[in-house]
Amino acid sequence: MSGYNLSHLKQLEAESIHIIREVAAEFEKPVMLYSVGKDSSVMLHLAHKAFAPSKIPFPLMHVDTQWKFQEMYKFRTLMAEKYGVELLVWINPEGKDISDPFKHGSDKHTQVMKTDGLKQALGHYGFDAAFGGARRDEEKSRAKERVYSFRNEFHQWDPKNQRPELWNLYNAKVNKGESIRVFPLSNWTELDIWLYLLREEIPIVPLYFAKERPVVECDGTLIMVDDDRMPLKEGETPMTKKVRFRTLGCYPLTGAVESEAETLEEIVQEMLLTTTSERQGRVIDHDAAASMEEKKKDGYF
Amino acid sequence: MTEQAYKIQEEDLIRDDITEYLRRHETKDLLRLLTCGSVDDGKSTLIGRLLYDSHMIYEDQLAAVTKDSKVHGTTGDDFDPALLTDGLKAEREQGITIDVAYRYFSTDKRKFIIADCPGHEQYTRNMATGASTCNLAVILIDARHGVITQTKRHSFICSLLGIKHVVVAVNKMDLIDWSEEVYEKIREDYNAFVARLGFSDIHFIPMSALKGDNVVDHSQNMAWYDGPTFLHHLEGVNISTDRNLIDMRFPVQYVLRPHLNFRGFSGTIASGFMRVGDEVMSLPSRRASRLKAIIGPDGEIAEAFAPMAVTVTLEDEIDVSRGNMLVPVKNLPHVGNEFEAMVVWMHETPAKAGRSYLIKQTTNMVPGVLADIRYKVDVNTMRKQAGGEAPAVKTVQRGENSSDFNERSDSTFNELNAATELQLNEIARVHITLHRPIAFDPYEKNRSTGAFIIVDRMTNITVGAGMIVDRVVPKPKSSAPVSKNIVKTASLVSDEDRRKLLNQKGATLWLTGLSGSGKSTIARQLERELTDMGHACYILDGDNIRHGLNRDLGFSMEDRSENIRRIGEVARLFNEAGIIVITAFISPYREDRKQARAIVNGGIVDDGETVQDVKIEKDSSASTISESSERFNGLNEGGARLNDSTNPRETRFVEIFVDTPIEICERRDPKGLYKKARAGEISQFTGITDPYEPPQKPEITLLSADLPVNQAVGLVIEKLRQEGIVG
Ligand SMILES: Nc1nc2c(ncn2[C@@H]2O[C@H](COP(=O)(O)OP(=O)(O)O)[C@@H](O)[C@H]2O)c(=O)[nH]1
Ligand SMILES: [Mg+2]
Repeated sequence: MSGYNLSHLKQLEAESIHIIREVAAEFEKPVMLYSVGKDSSVMLHLAHKAFAPSKIPFPLMHVDTQWKFQEMYKFRTLMAEKYGVELLVWINPEGKDISDPFKHGSDKHTQVMKTDGLKQALGHYGFDAAFGGARRDEEKSRAKERVYSFRNEFHQWDPKNQRPELWNLYNAKVNKGESIRVFPLSNWTELDIWLYLLREEIPIVPLYFAKERPVVECDGTLIMVDDDRMPLKEGETPMTKKVRFRTLGCYPLTGAVESEAETLEEIVQEMLLTTTSERQGRVIDHDAAASMEEKKKDGYF
Repeated sequence: MTEQAYKIQEEDLIRDDITEYLRRHETKDLLRLLTCGSVDDGKSTLIGRLLYDSHMIYEDQLAAVTKDSKVHGTTGDDFDPALLTDGLKAEREQGITIDVAYRYFSTDKRKFIIADCPGHEQYTRNMATGASTCNLAVILIDARHGVITQTKRHSFICSLLGIKHVVVAVNKMDLIDWSEEVYEKIREDYNAFVARLGFSDIHFIPMSALKGDNVVDHSQNMAWYDGPTFLHHLEGVNISTDRNLIDMRFPVQYVLRPHLNFRGFSGTIASGFMRVGDEVMSLPSRRASRLKAIIGPDGEIAEAFAPMAVTVTLEDEIDVSRGNMLVPVKNLPHVGNEFEAMVVWMHETPAKAGRSYLIKQTTNMVPGVLADIRYKVDVNTMRKQAGGEAPAVKTVQRGENSSDFNERSDSTFNELNAATELQLNEIARVHITLHRPIAFDPYEKNRSTGAFIIVDRMTNITVGAGMIVDRVVPKPKSSAPVSKNIVKTASLVSDEDRRKLLNQKGATLWLTGLSGSGKSTIARQLERELTDMGHACYILDGDNIRHGLNRDLGFSMEDRSENIRRIGEVARLFNEAGIIVITAFISPYREDRKQARAIVNGGIVDDGETVQDVKIEKDSSASTISESSERFNGLNEGGARLNDSTNPRETRFVEIFVDTPIEICERRDPKGLYKKARAGEISQFTGITDPYEPPQKPEITLLSADLPVNQAVGLVIEKLRQEGIVG
């Protein structure tokens, strides 16, 4: 009866669609956090499938730090149009036009623009559920994360206070002010995401593909000069290198890798043949091994 | 193939033909497994080894782990695979695993999701959580310790949660000199107790997770083992038949209404498969229609199956909303607001009988009452426990008694006093009453529609998980529950007295079969014959029951059940008075006949047909699962109700299957009912629109098509003589 079997990818797809529909049905005011990255692309595509031929019944929200790559801003608008979904953009007013990762450091910038910004935005709109594209295989401390991750009224995550999760029966009950972060891609791995992008021909930001780009080297990491806010050292001129990005964040905090991969297949090929993990490109993770856990307790995604 | 060769082959493929590599990986399937074992049996090590050996660890992660090995590791300066898996800071500092963690790895055959369940405190809660989504369980045994209490407990919980495949990983073989004898002994010990748990396949593998023997590569140290390695076995286990593809169940999750001409019902197919054109019914409303279109994730399709997420449209505008279930009209689940279930309690605040909770099952969130805690099950011994007096189940530390549970006696057990509380990590059989009816199946048959979670109404926390055991006898709507003050007083007349007086034993001859199969004809002839022989007997049939006692009942599924229940109770009273009762009802549902049998046989509420197979030691103070052919719902009810003065096990119920093929019944059609049903004038007619579930083990089968009535009657009387019912 091989005709009645689903490949792992189709099972993951079904499971994610189930979760997305469940949230839309049970929460009063859900939102999908959209980071413009490849995982967000998959999540958005799944949301589209979950409700077709209807429109996606909740808005997207991008918590903007004002330091994303220009191509990300373009792509963001394009996707909202393609899927016909409302896009909200939130910039923390306290850090707006002030926060500068070059001046204030990555930690502070991320704290203000991303962590605080997200909390403000959720509070401002009164969202009781927020989809995020995080996967359990990304980081060790995420291995125990629930699909429905409970946050108290201060948006805090308490590892001891998570609800047991059985079958596909998710508990959506929250009191006023409390919320749930929902991770429909929990069971996907990096490879699954690429396989799915390929299968479904889902668009992703061109920065993922190798191209000649202007970069400078900072502490052994290649940083792309995306705009003129980038402070160059005395006499420093950007080099042109063929690079791509494994993950996308604020351009000053995201390392590029030299690469020849211009197609999805080539990216996967490179990924599988290299032996450094995805997150190494993120400056933010260079701290101690358990730092992610600390950040999460504090409300960072 | 060795680990190294495997890796190289993969790498070559990636380098030379990435497209082919991706194609293979796109079509691989998915296996979900959980690992259970006591603290230090080597779970984290085994998983770390799998991740490492199957290529899932990146160099920088490994570098971090090797650095950590020196700080936290237990292996000196060597690489400690456990550090790849033990995640949270707190647990790394304490060297323990405190919550279910999910890990991912894959080969080109399968993707694996591992639920890593700690063997520590909270074991029951975490294991139940991990097991709920898994197809396979890996039970780790430390070869030095062999089968211990925890091994049995873990196996029991896996079986309770419906896992069918087990791999027993006999680990740390390096510490016992790779001894085949020790391994064989462990195999024997495990097989000795596990038979009763109903796993469909059990596989043993001797290994050293730390050194890698038999994990991915064959062990050089255990040449005597010629089975597959652990990974090889996981790649090959056939799980495609685990799914229920028979009973189509489609819980509606979300209604799509993009424009006036489209009304779609979205959901995940819980079981079975559907095809465009299929006749479906929405429950609980019982409105029927046909599937007009099925829209899958890639567009319109002609058929779909579990566990696909789809949207369907219907031919007719019937009222369907979230929480309703679409099912085939000829294969209905139970619909009701009461059921019995095995429940695992997951919160520090104990469950209280009589308290109200929210129950989430499929896409329903319904308030309900935990009406009764029938009994608790001791997870270590798998015995039923007397409710109230039972000691709370404690965390059992390594080395605590590992005595065989067959030998353990439970001195507190006398009668089953209903427990009133359920503590964290306890398992109990409970009775739940909901505020409105839902559609459900027993968990044994259907893991999706038989499962539910319990949510606390005040704190919103998930406090329990349940597996529906069987349908309970619906209580008559108007009547109050049985008062605790009704005490049975022994009659001054014994059964023996009545038997002597009437020269017969009270019994119920339950005829079942299609309309027109010959039930009434045989019943009437039998009544005549028995009366002529000098016996007191009486027929219960539609004529004397439906017009009086049961005139308030219709023909819905619930009403049919209630009808049968009342008939059972009446028959039982007649039997107790010494009278032989003959019933002649179609009684199409196995479940209902089970109930009737239970009632007539002195109050064994739910064992039904299996009662026959189960040998019960009458005076045993506690019963174990071993006595039952079924799993948890087979926990037999020895003394579950206060027994009558009579021997409750005396079977009075004689099920007689009047087995006449439907073609013949339809040709006979004595009341013209088939004709009407075919013409669509009767909406629910057994054999045409509604199912008839033939008995599996009737006491008597009458192939009445080839059997003259007097011969059929002769056969029955012969049987009654054999049973000592008539002289
Ligand atoms: N000698 C030996 N030690 C092992 C083996 N598997 C695990 N261990 C050790 O047993 C201890 C507990 O292992 P761990 O994986 O943390 O157990 P867990 O509590 O089940 O996760 C560690 O010191 C491991 O190195 C094995 O096959 N052989
Ligand atoms: Mg461990």
